Amino acid sequence: MTDLHFTDERPDPAEVTAADAAIGDAAVVVTETERLVRSGTARRRGSRHLLLPALHALQHVRGWISPGGLNHVCDLLQVPPAEAYGVATFYEMFRTDDPGHTDPVTHVCVDAACQIAGSEALIAELEAFGTHVRRSPCLGQCERGPATFVQSVAAPDFVPADRDRTMGTVSADAEPHVISQQGDPSLRLLKRVGVVDPTSLDSYRTHGGYEALARAITMGPDAVIEAVAESGLSGRGGAAFPTGVKWRAVAAEQGRPKHVVANCDESEPGTFKDRVVMENDPFSVVEALTIAGLATGAESGWIYVRGEYPLAAARLLGAIEQARGAGLLGPDAAGSGHTFGIEIRRGAGAYICGEETALFASIEGFRGEPRSKPPFPTTHGLFGEPTAINNPETLLNVLDIVSHGADEYRSRGTEQSPGTKLLCLSGRVARPGVYEVEFGITLGQVLELAGGLTGSGELRAVLLGGAAGSFLGPDSLDLALTIEDTRAAGTTLGSGVVMVFTTDVDMTPVVVRIAEFFRDESCGQCVPCRVGTVRQHETLVRMQRAGSITDERMVLVDDIARVMVDASICGLGQSAASAVTSALSLGLIGKPA
Amino acid sequence: MTATETETTVSLTIDGRTVEVVAGTTIHKACEAAGTDTPTLCWAENLTPVNVCRVCVVEVEGSRALVPSCARPAEDAMVVHTDSERVRHSRRMVLEFLGSGVDLDQAKDLARWIEEYGADPTRYDQPDLPAVTINEPVRIQDDLYIRDYDRCVLCYKCVEACGDDAQHTFAIAVAGRGFGARISTEYDIELPDSACVYCGNCIAVCPTGAIQFKSEFDLRAAADWRPDEQTVTRTVCSYCGVGCNLDLHVQDGRIVKVTSPVDHPITHGHLCIKGRFGWRYVHGGR
Ligand SMILES: Cc1cc2nc3c(=O)[nH]c(=O)nc-3n(C[C@H](O)[C@H](O)[C@H](O)COP(=O)(O)O)c2cc1C
Ligand code: SF4
Ligand code: SF4
Ligand code: FES
Ligand code: FES
Repeated sequence: MTDLHFTDERPDPAEVTAADAAIGDAAVVVTETERLVRSGTARRRGSRHLLLPALHALQHVRGWISPGGLNHVCDLLQVPPAEAYGVATFYEMFRTDDPGHTDPVTHVCVDAACQIAGSEALIAELEAFGTHVRRSPCLGQCERGPATFVQSVAAPDFVPADRDRTMGTVSADAEPHVISQQGDPSLRLLKRVGVVDPTSLDSYRTHGGYEALARAITMGPDAVIEAVAESGLSGRGGAAFPTGVKWRAVAAEQGRPKHVVANCDESEPGTFKDRVVMENDPFSVVEALTIAGLATGAESGWIYVRGEYPLAAARLLGAIEQARGAGLLGPDAAGSGHTFGIEIRRGAGAYICGEETALFASIEGFRGEPRSKPPFPTTHGLFGEPTAINNPETLLNVLDIVSHGADEYRSRGTEQSPGTKLLCLSGRVARPGVYEVEFGITLGQVLELAGGLTGSGELRAVLLGGAAGSFLGPDSLDLALTIEDTRAAGTTLGSGVVMVFTTDVDMTPVVVRIAEFFRDESCGQCVPCRVGTVRQHETLVRMQRAGSITDERMVLVDDIARVMVDASICGLGQSAASAVTSALSLGLIGKPA
Repeated sequence: MTATETETTVSLTIDGRTVEVVAGTTIHKACEAAGTDTPTLCWAENLTPVNVCRVCVVEVEGSRALVPSCARPAEDAMVVHTDSERVRHSRRMVLEFLGSGVDLDQAKDLARWIEEYGADPTRYDQPDLPAVTINEPVRIQDDLYIRDYDRCVLCYKCVEACGDDAQHTFAIAVAGRGFGARISTEYDIELPDSACVYCGNCIAVCPTGAIQFKSEFDLRAAADWRPDEQTVTRTVCSYCGVGCNLDLHVQDGRIVKVTSPVDHPITHGHLCIKGRFGWRYVHGGR
């Protein structure tokens, strides 16, 4: 083991207490180095995965990560300070310079839905009031923009819009969440939202909770995977990969520890469906992840929740604790004869950490940089071990598949896109929010479901699939929302974003902001994306300033888009030009409305 | 993957030519075997591939995105194109992107490729909005080596050489994110205060001159850097018994830098402070 070198800075007592509490007695130093085949990244095992929680603790106790605090954590975890600094500076929620105050900081979303709902006006208002403001990418509250999130020093972070500030510990204080489709008997994924008490295992059980797990144990792992495969379920995190294929691959891996991960990073602009589920039906995520663990033979489960979702994290944590207390997690989980446990990790503000390999790096205590695939997570995932990673919505579907069988599951949706889908309606619609729809519903019907347009204008464009998706024009109302139809139309359902813009919205700043989002969120690892997102944004700013597109600028945008799509390492760079390109072909830029 | 463990060779097609290579060989090495030259920047013989620069991409039939040849193993029946329009476009753009943000004047080899692919890094800089560049001051913090991140292409080589791949010192890492990412010590503290042990392995691997010997930097500043007139003498380092090869680069009778051959079985191009900087005693330096 190399001796680490530290500067003279010492932690203050509060930092020591906070960091030690986050790290616990796990600071047993193991520096066995495992080198991943071909990926070129060494993953030190042992306790380094506690780096992210420890950095959260330092940030929280003083409002920034001081050199003394970092030294202390690095000493405990045996992480080189330069590397830990590299990790700390990767995240939006961490500061590595002294802000000079310990006041709360209000993050205000400036992404599309909030941008057109007046986030700049809100920022001006808050600043006039003396509030410390930070412009933020999408906060996952697009249905109630302009969205805010308050990061506090030595007090819990919170979302002002949350009615429950108790962080899920006291159920009496929580008012139920209201969704437009409440009470609709055909709901599968949202059926418990607003109905069940999210802080009570008993309430969850009263509403059918844990019946699926019991059935899954009776069926056995092979039959569960078979049912998932037969159901035709595909991933809801954006890439629509067949879940049965993924699980089968992990189940087939033998002789190494295995993991299942719920990807609750939900940072795609316009997306908030996972938040609504996690906050209002957290046990369902825990139960479904347990089924995934038992089916694939993984003993450890992880839930990675974005840092800006404090209530979701608290409710999930509460659910895990109650499940553990009831023997539904732990050794012989739910009487299955198998061990299964779940750990929660809080992200710290980085869209890229939703990319699966970046998410693994983030949990492992490294910078959230994606790596080239292959090898795939099913063989080389978390800690280099076989891993099934899924979006929580994907997992939720499994509960119904296990309970009612693949045939019943397939009775809804289309042949190639069976089942139902959560959509996130935002922008200029009367009733923004989460909707559960059957695959095959048209875009026009979805807009009707959300109460039609609001405002004075007519339909101008719909952003489908998020910032990584694309803009559609008013002539797309008949588009059937299925994986196959959207693919054929050259677009994507992505994470289920349906963001609506009317003719009274000035679209140019919206598109320029999308370009800026990718510029801000690129991890910076590969050249096509690190530089391409900057040059793309600059070119759009020029178009905006000049009020004209010009052939020369179009050539640039086109050249940049092609290299980002072709040569970027991960999906962020590969999709960073998608919305911009579609906006240009729809004429959304340069021509004032 | 089609290549199985039991097979010892794989056969692939590169630009229409069939090539047979040992299983596990990268596409880049296979291209070399086929006589096809490939630009690389973040790849090095003596470091683990990080495949971040993407200048080496090739088109593999059946793969949606282009593939980094430096890291991807060749597979049986692979059909590879190294000169398709898509490949040429991506390589040109990567070179343009790099040139648009950093100073590539001292980057070995790149000028040739910039010309080959017709890259024009200037077209991003417009009077109505200048293209952002890296814009960092030169860090001169001791008299052994300097860091000029205006030349840094973020190839991660120095980080690897300082860390897992050679030195295990971890004095530097990547900090920040996106275009703001930089090679940095913790809190950007000065090198003498950091974990740096002055092995100079980062200097040896840096492809762009972003890290360089102070002696070279000073001579360049005085417009007196004349590599064509330098002689290189190979010796064995006399400080300890390991037997590292040293290449002494001499200009006007003075040692101006020390390297070690990458193919040397002991050093793999990496040295320690004594071999790398011990010559300074010869000239009465620190
Ligand atoms: C930049 C980027 C961000 C992503 N963010 C998320 C996310 O927040 N949640 C998610 O489930 N998947 C996200 N993904 C997709 C994941 O990489 C992965 O495909 C997904 O978690 C797999 O789960 P699924 O098969 O259930 O969809 C993201 C991908 C990229 C490229
Ligand atoms: S595409 Fe962008 S986000 Fe993805 S690895 Fe490359 S730089 Fe990072
Ligand atoms: S300083 Fe040199 S070796 Fe290090 S990342 Fe930059 S260009 Fe690469
Ligand atoms: S919260 Fe503002 S766009 Fe999502
Ligand atoms: S040389 Fe292959 S990606 Fe850099």
